[in-house]
Amino acid sequence: MKPMNYLDQFRDKELVAGLARRIRELTAGREKPLTFMEVCGTHTMAIYQFGLRTLLPPEVRLISGPGCPVCVTPNGYLDRAVALCRLPDLIITSFGDMLRVPGSSSSLMEERAKGADVRVVYSPLDAVQIAVKNPGKRVVFLGVGFETTAPTVAGSILTAAALGLDNYFVLASHKTMPQPMGILSADPELAVDGYLCPAHVSAIIGANAYRFLCEEYRVPCVVTGFEPTDVMQGVEMLVRQALAGESKVEIQYSRVVRWEGNAKAQSMLAQVFTPFDADWRGIGILPGSGLKIAEAYAAYDAELAIPVSVEELKEHPGCLCGEILKGKVSPFDCPLFGRTCTPESPVGACMVSSEGTCAAAYKYAR
Amino acid sequence: MDNDIILLGHGSGGKLSHQLLDDLIIPKLSQSLASGGQNDAALLEISGTKLAFTTDSYVVDPIFFPGGNIGDLAVNGTVNDLAMMGARPLYLSVGFILEEGFKKSELALILASMRSAADSAGVTVVTGDTKVVPKGKGDRIFINTSGIGVLEHGLRIDGAGGRVGDQVIVNGSIGDHGIAVLSAREGLEIDSGIRSDSAALNGLVEELLVLGEGLHVLRDPTRGGVATTLKEIAIQSGVTILLDEESLPINPGVKGVCSILGLDALYVANEGKLLAFVAPERAAEALAIMHRHPLGKDAAIIGALTESSEGRVQMKTSVGGVRGVEMLAGEQLPRIC
Amino acid sequence: MCVGVPMQVISIEGDLAMTEVDGVKREASLMMLDQDVVVGDYVIIHAGFAISKLDQEDARETLALMREVFTPELMG
Repeated sequence: MKPMNYLDQFRDKELVAGLARRIRELTAGREKPLTFMEVCGTHTMAIYQFGLRTLLPPEVRLISGPGCPVCVTPNGYLDRAVALCRLPDLIITSFGDMLRVPGSSSSLMEERAKGADVRVVYSPLDAVQIAVKNPGKRVVFLGVGFETTAPTVAGSILTAAALGLDNYFVLASHKTMPQPMGILSADPELAVDGYLCPAHVSAIIGANAYRFLCEEYRVPCVVTGFEPTDVMQGVEMLVRQALAGESKVEIQYSRVVRWEGNAKAQSMLAQVFTPFDADWRGIGILPGSGLKIAEAYAAYDAELAIPVSVEELKEHPGCLCGEILKGKVSPFDCPLFGRTCTPESPVGACMVSSEGTCAAAYKYAR
Repeated sequence: MDNDIILLGHGSGGKLSHQLLDDLIIPKLSQSLASGGQNDAALLEISGTKLAFTTDSYVVDPIFFPGGNIGDLAVNGTVNDLAMMGARPLYLSVGFILEEGFKKSELALILASMRSAADSAGVTVVTGDTKVVPKGKGDRIFINTSGIGVLEHGLRIDGAGGRVGDQVIVNGSIGDHGIAVLSAREGLEIDSGIRSDSAALNGLVEELLVLGEGLHVLRDPTRGGVATTLKEIAIQSGVTILLDEESLPINPGVKGVCSILGLDALYVANEGKLLAFVAPERAAEALAIMHRHPLGKDAAIIGALTESSEGRVQMKTSVGGVRGVEMLAGEQLPRIC
Repeated sequence: MCVGVPMQVISIEGDLAMTEVDGVKREASLMMLDQDVVVGDYVIIHAGFAISKLDQEDARETLALMREVFTPELMG
């Protein structure tokens, strides 16, 4: 028998089939389908990669919310990154996710083609090492992501501080998750019957973070893992709550997520970042939903330490991304989808990132 | 978006590469490229002799990686392009572009690998050229190899030969080469133990020729991976290919690296693998032939051609769902999201 | 947005651990972990950091319960 790696066992075909069967039994004959929203790009990808929608009955609809941090990053951030990488003796380090994202007139990939030093790294600590190895150059790390990733970026700043580096900087654009879920739940046009809450963001912030959604908006919330059995079990738990008229927080991903979350990671966030009112592309400004670098660590803040002139912001008109990020419209409803808006030439936020709602639909579901 | 410059994605074998070929290179250079560009080699007839002619350039970084180096890649890659047309590879030319400052000892190692690969494949390097460019103008070494082979049978094996009902067979594990190269690259620091599968496939192809009219398509899934190659053939043959994820042979180490970096093994390059499209009544025989050969021990049937269409690839996932498989725009990048 | 893989801790040196999945090894920082880890434990690795321990017993119980409820016909 294969050794337990806690991955393959949660991709068990028979379990998935059994869960799908139960979901079908529970929802058979419903007139109005149950609509569940996931708010995490990794869930978007997992659902598409395993073809899970094709296993669910028509009575259950899975839609994507604003769970792609790259997609909700304003154009202006990319424009600043592009301006930075045109400076001499400066290395831009980034997760692979950011490389193809178009700003107002260029992308990091294009800048690299024109000679800028842009490097993909797997960990922000790799960026710190690049700074150590290149004392004559400034190294800027593009800090994008939700609460799973922000502590790793905080960790890189603390490591740089401990090493006494003066050439490591972060251009931060982190966002925090629960606020947009509240905004969406308050929207009378959107009828979401339950949330599949993100697995690893919840490992950091804790399942208690979603209680307000149940108390204020009476929406069921199930913190769900990313493997196929996890997603199907999460859906099954949401179905049972919805049918019973309940609205509570449940943890499906109990092997990792705790009610109180990860206190150490939370304190690292509080130490290195300060909450502020962030602009979510397609949605607008949400109070307290962003993380900027705290004053004590201003020396590592690329926006303050390396002033550049940034080009005028140009948004692309005519796209439905705002509605798609709020789950109101599907990619297939957008007139630009697959025609003028494709992964090679994306018009809007939802197509730019490889795990954006439209990019995933384009790649897996046409 | 600046459409006036060449991007790395134009070299990745995906959509951008095809666009460059279709929009600029073929119209400007030669319409004959249209067919030669779709298949692995051009088929020519000179005084009654049928020849296959191909060329390939090698720019891989790093130049030394677990399981091989740019040299044996350059030999095996061109040998394989000829073999995929069902030709017997005979002669290679080699062009080197060397960067000033490149170590002679490294060049010597690469040359020795090339000799060894050529001997194994039964081909001879008969002509070549060496140029040196100033430091900074070339990435240590670039290699171009061109090759000639003969077709000694009357079979027509090319990308348009896929027929509904055909079985798709791969001769072994996928994604090894790309992951071996990626693991060795600076900045990712992953110890995967995966070695490149770089190998000459002409011997295996010769064995498969006994299938005669039952062998419809042969292609090696190099850059862009199995997914890209299958999509290309699906379009050329006008069919839908349905893959079975559970049948895909993938090394656990490749799966591990893909999990960590958020990559899909279907899009990762291979250098010692071929995809064979075989008539259903000959599929079992084809599999047996492969299993008997050292380069085919892990061969498996991974899919079938299900219907005529404008060219689609779909996959039944390991948990029983169905999803589409598209061509990527450019290179696949690691992701954290 | 949180690609994270369960990996097993095979050695620890201060704040760094060597972790492994399917024979693939990668160093990871333990800096943001609020739980104690020992060699043999499984942790979730994201962007080169361990973000949480994986509770192996809970995982096994979850699987066993799921199998009992959703695939009873396959149980011994």
